[in-house]
Amino acid sequence: MNKLLIPAFVSALILGCSTTPIPDDASGAPVESRGGSRSGVAPVVAGGVDANGLPRELTDPKSKLAQRSIYFDLDKYEVKSEYQDLVAAHAKYLVANKGFKVLIQGNTDERGSREYNLSLGQKRSDAVKRSLVLLGAREDQVESVSLGEEKPKAQGADESAWAENRRADILYKAADGRGEF
Amino acid sequence: MHRISRRVFLAFALLSSGFAQAQLSIEITGAGANRIPVAIADFVGDGAASRVVTATVRSDLERSGLFKLVDATGSNLDENSPINHGDWKSRGADALAAGSIGRSPDGRMEARFRLYDTQKAVSLGGAAYVTSNEQLRAAGHRIADFIYEKLTGEKGIFSTRIAYVVKSRGQFLLQIADADGQGAATALTSTEPIISPVWSPDGGRLAYVSFEKKKPIIYVHSIASGQRHIVANQKGSNSAPAWSPDGRKLAVVLSKDGNSQIYAVNADGSGAPQRLTNSGGIDTEPRYSADGGSIYFTSDRGGSPQIYRMSAGGGDVQRVTFESNYNVSPRPSADGKSLAFISRREGRFQLAVMDLASRQVQILTDSHKDESPSFAPNSRMILIATEIGGRGVLSAVSSDGRIKQRLSVAAGDVREPAWGPFLK
Repeated sequence: MNKLLIPAFVSALILGCSTTPIPDDASGAPVESRGGSRSGVAPVVAGGVDANGLPRELTDPKSKLAQRSIYFDLDKYEVKSEYQDLVAAHAKYLVANKGFKVLIQGNTDERGSREYNLSLGQKRSDAVKRSLVLLGAREDQVESVSLGEEKPKAQGADESAWAENRRADILYKAADGRGEF
Repeated sequence: MHRISRRVFLAFALLSSGFAQAQLSIEITGAGANRIPVAIADFVGDGAASRVVTATVRSDLERSGLFKLVDATGSNLDENSPINHGDWKSRGADALAAGSIGRSPDGRMEARFRLYDTQKAVSLGGAAYVTSNEQLRAAGHRIADFIYEKLTGEKGIFSTRIAYVVKSRGQFLLQIADADGQGAATALTSTEPIISPVWSPDGGRLAYVSFEKKKPIIYVHSIASGQRHIVANQKGSNSAPAWSPDGRKLAVVLSKDGNSQIYAVNADGSGAPQRLTNSGGIDTEPRYSADGGSIYFTSDRGGSPQIYRMSAGGGDVQRVTFESNYNVSPRPSADGKSLAFISRREGRFQLAVMDLASRQVQILTDSHKDESPSFAPNSRMILIATEIGGRGVLSAVSSDGRIKQRLSVAAGDVREPAWGPFLK
C-alpha cells in the first residue's frame, strides 16, 4: 500500500514545482459558469518563474519589466526621453536583485556600412548600460554588446522594419545562471 | 599535384552538397566609350583544351569593357603563322592574337600565343604558359592579362581572385573565386555572420570578422591550408581588419576601452594592441594608404560619420569628406590617386570616388544600397556589394563609372566583396 503511495506523492511534488504552461481560459475543460470569472479558477504556478527560470515579473506581458526594447532614431545613439521610465524600472530591479545580470544587445537597420553599424550598435547598447549604471545598477551587472545589422528582427526593407531594427534589447540572467543569455 | 586533387575534390564536394548554385554568374551592363577592336583567332591544337583557352581570353577581354571582339572565325592561325596585317586591318581589327595548345619539351601541356599590332604590322610579343587540363582557364587569364597590358598600358586583373560572403539557407559561406566569378570554392562555412574579409598583400591569407563564438572576433585564415588563428579577441567587439602594405600588421577596431577605436596588432597575433585613435565617438573602418604612411578611417567625431586620414602611427588627423552627412567605408586605390567610399545622397547609399589631388568627388552608381567597395589591384575597377530586386549582388564598376558588371548567385545573397592582389 505504501509502495503505491510514494510514486504518487513524488509526482505530486514534481507537478507542484513544474513550469508547465498555464492553460488559458479557452483551452480548459468546459465547465459551468459560476459567477465572476469564466472558469472560477485563478491559475497559480508555484515559484512564479517562467520557462527560462526568470521571475514572471520580468516576462509577464502585464509587467513594465517585460518591455525590453529601447528604440533609437536614425544614425543616433542617445536614449530618448520616452524610454527614461523604462530604463529606470530596469535599474530599480537590478538594484533590488543584486544577483541578476543583464546583457544589452545593440542593433541597427540594414542600411549603410556593416562595420559602422557594428560600432553604432555598440554605442546604443553602451548608452543603455550607462543609464542603468547611473541609476544604481552595478557595472558588473550590465554587459553591452553589438549585433550591428547582422541579426535583424524585422526582415522588411521599409521604414517600419528599419525602425524596429534600430533597437537595443535587454536580456536577463538570474542569480542561478538561468535566463535569456 | 596535391593541390590539384584537393581542388577537384572541393569542386565535387560543392556540387554534391547542393552548393552548385553558389557559382557566380556575370552580366555586363555597360562598356567603355572607345573600345579597342581586337581579333582573337581560335587557338589550334587539342580541340577541347583550345576551346577553353580561346573562350576564356575572349570573355575576359570583352567583359573588361575596353575591347570590341572582331570576328576571327575560320582563320586557322597559330603563333608562328605568317600574318596578313592588311587583311586584319580591313576586317576592323587593330590587334590580333593567335596561338596554340601544344606540348612543352618535357611533355607538359603548354599554351603559346603571339600578339600583333595590325596598324603598324609588328609583333607585340608573345609568351608560353605551362598548364594542365585543370589550369586551362588560368592560362587563358594569363594570356588575356598579357594582351590587356600590351594594348592599354596597364596591368590586367584577369588572373586575380576575389573573396566574398554568400548568405544562403541560414548559412554564411566565405568564398573565393576567379575575378570572373568562376571556380568558386568555400573557405569557411558558419551558421553565424562573417563580415569584412580582406586579402593579405601576398594573396595567401584572408583576415575577417566571424561571429561564430557569438561575438565579433578577428581571424587570419591561410587559404591553401585552411589553417587559421585569432588575431584579436578582446573584451567587447573586434572588427574591421586592414593589412599594412608589408603584411606584418593589421589595423583593427576594438571596443575594449569603451568606444570603437582603432588599434594596430601584429598579424601573427603576438603582443598587445597599440592604440592609434583617441576620440569620444566611433572610429572604425581603417585602411592603410598604398605607401603605408597613413590610415584612412570613418569617424563620427564631427557629429556625423565622415572619412578622415591620420598618420599610420596615429595623430595628425585631417577630415577628408565634407559633402553629405554620411560618408563611410574609405578604400584608397593601389596607385594612391583615388579614394572609393560610400556616400548617402538623398537617402540612397551610393559608390563615390574622390580624386585625392583635386578632392573632386564623383558618384559612380545610381543604386540605393551600395556597400563595401574594393579596388582591383590595377585601380581601374571597384567591386561593391549592392542590392537588386531585394537580393544582394556584387557589381564591378570602372573608376570612371562607364563600365559596369554584375555578379550574382542564383540562390542567395552575396555581400562583403574583397578584390585580391596581383598574382605573384
